[in-house]
Amino acid sequence: MTAAGFGRALDLVTRVRGVRGAMLVSAADGLVVADQLMEGIKGPAVAALAGSLASRLGRAMTAAGVGESVFWHLQGSGGALLVVPAASGILVVAVAEPEVNVGLVRLELLRAAEAVA
Amino acid sequence: MADDVKALSAQLAQDPASLVFLRLGELLRQRGQLDAAHRVALGGLERHPHLADAHDLYARVLADKRDYERAFDEWDMALRIAPAHVGALKGLAFLYFKVGDVAQAVSHLEAAQRAAPDDPGIIQAVALVRGGQTSAAASGLGIERVPEPPPAARGAAPLEETRVFAGLEGAQEGLLLLDASGRVLGGALRDPGGRDVSEPVAAYLAGVSQEAARSAKLLGLGTWTGLSAEGRQGHVHLAQPTPEALLLVVRDRSVPMGRLAIIAQRAAQAAQRWLEQQG
Repeated sequence: MTAAGFGRALDLVTRVRGVRGAMLVSAADGLVVADQLMEGIKGPAVAALAGSLASRLGRAMTAAGVGESVFWHLQGSGGALLVVPAASGILVVAVAEPEVNVGLVRLELLRAAEAVA
Repeated sequence: MADDVKALSAQLAQDPASLVFLRLGELLRQRGQLDAAHRVALGGLERHPHLADAHDLYARVLADKRDYERAFDEWDMALRIAPAHVGALKGLAFLYFKVGDVAQAVSHLEAAQRAAPDDPGIIQAVALVRGGQTSAAASGLGIERVPEPPPAARGAAPLEETRVFAGLEGAQEGLLLLDASGRVLGGALRDPGGRDVSEPVAAYLAGVSQEAARSAKLLGLGTWTGLSAEGRQGHVHLAQPTPEALLLVVRDRSVPMGRLAIIAQRAAQAAQRWLEQQG
């Protein structure tokens, strides 16, 4: 996929009101593939942690018998990190305000994941 | 009685918006046809979401199926709609008995008695409670019709583990409390095949709370309050009842993520109390 294609996939997510940024992250090594982030968000560090968190969570979920992760959501008092693993080994990541419409972001992340798969 | 079911089913088919589903659902429940009662109650509730009796019926079916968390939510909803709803007050009293909270149970029974002073079931239950016979009082409410399994059928979990989430649905199959090093503190987790997977899952989750905290800090998300994940066969929710402990709640996909967060909140409170007692 081209950089423009990645950009279009990220656009799907960042156009949702309350989303502060979106990234495509390589699940295997936690490196940023593409991003559209607001000023002040440390993309590479967040990508590394998101990759590690996704890996741990994925192993735990498989062991628990609930299957592969489709979507996960880290809630904080000041915002949220939302992630959808795409079939291509890429994580589609969104950083959002606390009052964001989580259901809508989830749908757009799933669409973006399909686009990059 | 079979004819009654047929007649009521026919009436409901002719007029799906009628309230006959309340009688049909209760009749099916009393006959032990819980799946059919569940369908009827849920169908009625979809058409009449603001009817307290519909929530009460659905809660009774859920209680019969031992889905006490959802039953609690439904009776709670019934009371929000109709604060003096006798069925919901009796139902909640029954659930409080189940978890050993006699004070709350009595409080709900007394409220039920004020609303229905002549109800013989309530009078009997109150009398039994005052005589210290709480379990007899719970059965006297007539909520649950399916008998409890014998103690031997409940598994041989260590006593300490059963206490952490005592009274919560899934305490021995879908609720797990672990420390920051990935060691099981209480509860248990079973996979869909019934195998105990508590230890491997706890080991995989070691360090998750630190990583979640670091991610939240880097992103300016403040303190992380929960991590929910949707899997292909089920949903999970992680919470931190104390800074040193992690709570995992696992349910199948029929339990929506939002409800899972509520379950986790209640379990986290139970875990906090338990950890305080241990400390």
